[in-house]
Amino acid sequence: MNRSTIDLWVGVFVAIGLGALLFLALKVGNLASFSTAETYRVDARFANIGGLKVRAPVKSAGVVVGRVADIAFDNESYEAVTVLRIDSQYKFPRDTAAKILTSGLLGDQYIGLEAGADARILKDGERLRITQSAVVLENLISQFLFSKAAEGGDAKGGK
Amino acid sequence: MRAALVRLGAMVTTTVWRLGYASRFFVYLLAHSGTALRRFRLTVREIYFAGVLSLIIILVSGLFVGMVLGLQGYDTLQRYGSSEALGVLVALSLVRELGPVVAGLLFASRAGSAITAEIGLMKATEQLSAMEMMAVDPIARVVAPRFWGGVLSMPLLAALFSAMGIFGGYLVGVVLIGVDEGAFWSQMQAAVDVRNDILNGVIKSVVFGVAVTLIAVFEGYDSVPTAEGVSRATTRTVVTSSLAILALDFVLTALMFTGGN
Repeated sequence: MNRSTIDLWVGVFVAIGLGALLFLALKVGNLASFSTAETYRVDARFANIGGLKVRAPVKSAGVVVGRVADIAFDNESYEAVTVLRIDSQYKFPRDTAAKILTSGLLGDQYIGLEAGADARILKDGERLRITQSAVVLENLISQFLFSKAAEGGDAKGGK
Repeated sequence: MRAALVRLGAMVTTTVWRLGYASRFFVYLLAHSGTALRRFRLTVREIYFAGVLSLIIILVSGLFVGMVLGLQGYDTLQRYGSSEALGVLVALSLVRELGPVVAGLLFASRAGSAITAEIGLMKATEQLSAMEMMAVDPIARVVAPRFWGGVLSMPLLAALFSAMGIFGGYLVGVVLIGVDEGAFWSQMQAAVDVRNDILNGVIKSVVFGVAVTLIAVFEGYDSVPTAEGVSRATTRTVVTSSLAILALDFVLTALMFTGGN
């Protein structure tokens, strides 16, 4: 086999190899969807973030508008401080509410934004004031049990 | 009893001695790879032998591994009513683990053994000594191009293996079984991270490429220059590099995927 044929085959090999890498990055991974867009940061404080993780999606009306950039603990107010990185093409009013929600019954947690009615728009570095913590299953169950127990007690007392 | 102890001691010292020799060989190889990179034609020729000729086995194995993942994954996932997660399962297991590891094992047995046999035979027929007589450094002229050819081919082969495997999983999951196509791709895209998963997979394949090719060229260069010696060296290449891949994979996985996340 002469040299130019070898070069040709190696060229084909490198091309499809790089093509496979590109396929992995664009079609399998999520490189195309978000990372290059301009973003702005806002923080939100929660009493409990449950199982929220860094890079979890931030959704509004079900559409991904950003990602959780950072999660920290504030040692003075004992709250979780989350930093959200929102795509700058999406503008939200200043009284937007942030909730920690779960996708599906057992799915990952994400932050849901519900737009308010304020005329002023959220700017970089501002804080979302209205937040709602994650639902912790144990608390929910214990509330249910306590309310059941209370009902039972009432029924007995009434007799 | 005493003879057994002596043999054991000899085995340990030989192993340690060879490890030291291999490290020295690696440093010397890196220092003298200028020729291989300047006269890139030499390396291109080795990419042809190590990479292009391994394409068929890599592509076919990747396709079948992906198809098996699709079948097995579907069988397990549908018990939990989450067969849409099939894409995530196939893509993550291929990109993180199976792609680099299985491509590395195939590469070791397909290309690594060929490199060892070639260099070993060159040594047995005294071609390497002849080069030294002509003041050509055999490490720079023979070993380094093979080394770089292997190192450059391996990540491309692993990426091809993963891509082909995902295609195989798609073929079985979506086309044959009928998992929803949109969910297959979108859940995959949501779960696979470019830096955490794909880049780490590429790093793994580069490390495996260096390990396998280094072992292959070293075993060839260090082989006993007889027919039996070359055949033993070839066997050792496949065994050692397979073990090295699996051990390195454990170490790399522990480093990459256990923090935070």
